[in-house]
Amino acid sequence: MVLVDWLYVGVFAVVGTAMAALSLGIVWALAPRSDYPQKRTTYESGVVPFGQAWAQFNVRYYLFSLVFVIFAVEVIYLYPWAIVFRQLGRYAFFSMTIFLVILFLGLVYAWRKGALEWS
Amino acid sequence: MVNWPLEILKAFALAALMFTFLAIVAAMFGVLLERKIGGWIQSRLGPKHIGPQGLLQTLADTIKLLQKEHITPRAVDAAIFNTAPLIVAVAGLMSWIVIPFGTLGQRVLVVRDLNIGLVFFAGMASMTVIGILAGGWSSNNKYSLLGGLRSASQMVSYELPLGLALVAVAMEAGTLSTVGIVQAQGGWLGSLAFRQFPAFVIFLVAATAEVNRLPFDLPEAESELVAGYFSEYTGMRFALFQLGEYAEMFAMAAMATTLFLGGWKGPFLPPLVWFLIKMYAVVFLFMWVRWTYPRYRLDQLLNLSWKVLLPAGLIWILITGYRITF
Repeated sequence: MVLVDWLYVGVFAVVGTAMAALSLGIVWALAPRSDYPQKRTTYESGVVPFGQAWAQFNVRYYLFSLVFVIFAVEVIYLYPWAIVFRQLGRYAFFSMTIFLVILFLGLVYAWRKGALEWS
Repeated sequence: MVNWPLEILKAFALAALMFTFLAIVAAMFGVLLERKIGGWIQSRLGPKHIGPQGLLQTLADTIKLLQKEHITPRAVDAAIFNTAPLIVAVAGLMSWIVIPFGTLGQRVLVVRDLNIGLVFFAGMASMTVIGILAGGWSSNNKYSLLGGLRSASQMVSYELPLGLALVAVAMEAGTLSTVGIVQAQGGWLGSLAFRQFPAFVIFLVAATAEVNRLPFDLPEAESELVAGYFSEYTGMRFALFQLGEYAEMFAMAAMATTLFLGGWKGPFLPPLVWFLIKMYAVVFLFMWVRWTYPRYRLDQLLNLSWKVLLPAGLIWILITGYRITF
């Protein structure tokens, strides 16, 4: 029963969140509380923080996530094929070979363009 | 007909049981094991004062953490900052839904044998990155931000080889259900670790990176980023991150056991015992690697994923497909 399966998944998400939150609740009940201005400053190796951390950062991180999105979609397409390709025989194998070769060319292109270089 | 109230009750009981199991076996006992093995490898004693041979050390640590005040720095984005540890802990728990522990008579001990088990597992494994990125960004701390970003780029990079290894296994077994994959493997020599050896290696390397462990632990590289994405977290929130991380590591070990080492199958001993032996063997491998190898640089780490593991995984899928088709 597929519906029961997903009931379990949903209940696990709810119970997991509740139990994790419960541990935070215990802390709330047990832990001492005191507050002074220096306590709630951001940690920066002992000096007063210099500006915000929400600033510009290296664009490389975005490039990698873009290439990732392309290949993640590809892997999702591979799963259904992996299950049924026995029944479909050679035709399915050659079709998927063409698909993989095209994607491989995409990887080679990204590689040659330097999208996979960090520096 | 499905008896809904009974199923809901069972689901709640199983979820609470699984969470307790993970908190005790994976997080508490796992941390102790890590420190003991680390001590052994480095010729130290490791924890030894609390309880016999230090067995109660992490229990004492947990009680201590429960009494620690939560500090929320002024600069953070409070809503996201507070949610992030919960996401990581819950994602660690959810991956265990599809892992079969063994058999009891005719029944298989698994929370739910989802028909898309492998995809579900991969999805839950990558949920962690959302929590880590949220924690790193919302802390408004430069170390946390860098740790979170590094972690995100690392986890998405290694998710692809991991997914490709799973596809190779699904091709061999002809199913995405974890129970089905165990049943498709027979005995020692029939386990997929032999026929799918390259996929096994790719899976282990990618799993190590996916759970941010050495040699791929630069998201939390202590010597440069303090503690990476959880620098600003104190007390139990920090412990929830740890819980999620260790639950995830044990889940990866359990998945390696299920997919490649024949799951619960083995001679003489009961199935559950075999499963635990194999799982702890893989956990030991993870810990051994952690205490043996130095850390990679970020560019080396990304090169290994994109230029070695990803092409290797694609080629291995073609080889497997060719072998099965012809």
